[in-house]
Amino acid sequence: MNPYNYLYVAGLLFTIGAVGVVVRRNAIVVFMCVELMLNAANLTLVTFARINGTLDGQVVAFFTMVVAACEVVVGLAIIVTIYRTRRSASIDDASLLKR
Amino acid sequence: MLTIQTPEAIMFWFLAPLAVIAALGMLLVKKAVHSALLLAWVMITLAIFYIAEDALFLGIVQIVVYTGAVMMLFLFILMLVGVDASDSLTETIPGLRPIAITAALGFGGLLVSLIGRATLGHGAFGLTQANSAGNVQELAKLLFSTYVWPFEVVSALLITAALGAMVLAHHQRTIARPTQREQAIARFRGVSLGSAAGLPNPGVYARHNAVDVPALLPDGSAAPNSISATLKARGDMLDSAQFELGEVDNTVTEEK
Repeated sequence: MNPYNYLYVAGLLFTIGAVGVVVRRNAIVVFMCVELMLNAANLTLVTFARINGTLDGQVVAFFTMVVAACEVVVGLAIIVTIYRTRRSASIDDASLLKR
Repeated sequence: MLTIQTPEAIMFWFLAPLAVIAALGMLLVKKAVHSALLLAWVMITLAIFYIAEDALFLGIVQIVVYTGAVMMLFLFILMLVGVDASDSLTETIPGLRPIAITAALGFGGLLVSLIGRATLGHGAFGLTQANSAGNVQELAKLLFSTYVWPFEVVSALLITAALGAMVLAHHQRTIARPTQREQAIARFRGVSLGSAAGLPNPGVYARHNAVDVPALLPDGSAAPNSISATLKARGDMLDSAQFELGEVDNTVTEEK
């Protein structure tokens, strides 16, 4: 086995996450799919750090985790605010600007 | 040069398909809670991968931050929004799903074939040399020398995110909160004195002692004001008549 196999897994997970963002309608599930994509990117970074023999990839993955944590906090706060006013967590319902 | 030992290969071929299946399941299950659990599994798998790839610190951080904090936050919000609110899987934009799946197949195929064809010009080095003083020590050295500026910027980002969440979650009262004195006056000068001594507790003792059953008053009628207004609005209220004792059953059956 060679370490590139981890990259294949990361690519698949990223693709699945992207489909989830497009297809699912519950805002929280969409958000979880974004997390999945971020995780897949992290796996790529860690694998490339190993292939190149330096730790820079791991440091960048660490930063990605911090940014993901921030994103989750703000995003979920937005979802809760929308839910509070519209009583729905579906992304299709928040289309007030269209009408 | 890096050679991957058999145990890691076995671990990989065992966990990688499971992770992909769990990720696919995330798309297909109806309930958001099940999606969250499957995502937690994917994250734990990735943590194991990190540890196997000589990224011990990241593996632990992945478990603590992602499966610990982030997934807990997700589940918390799910509870807040309503666990039972299952996503209807019908598509609202016609033709979206086939297009999405075709695009995904194309994109995934492109990624996989590109990774298959690309070469770095050198083999895999492995991290034995880079991790010579220990993974955490070497990461700390990098983080506090080369990456010290991004590190500080990220701290500013964290503070901004915390403030943003507070601002979003804060909600201002439009009318002043009634004081205890005002509430007491309203109780005694209201329509009836029935609630002056406080409202009855919910639940029918001995038969169904949960908060979703209105209490039975001494005359046998149900007291709807013993139920929380939220439960009433949600329609999660049971009829208390079915828990009424018509006749007391005195026979004792011995259970084995």
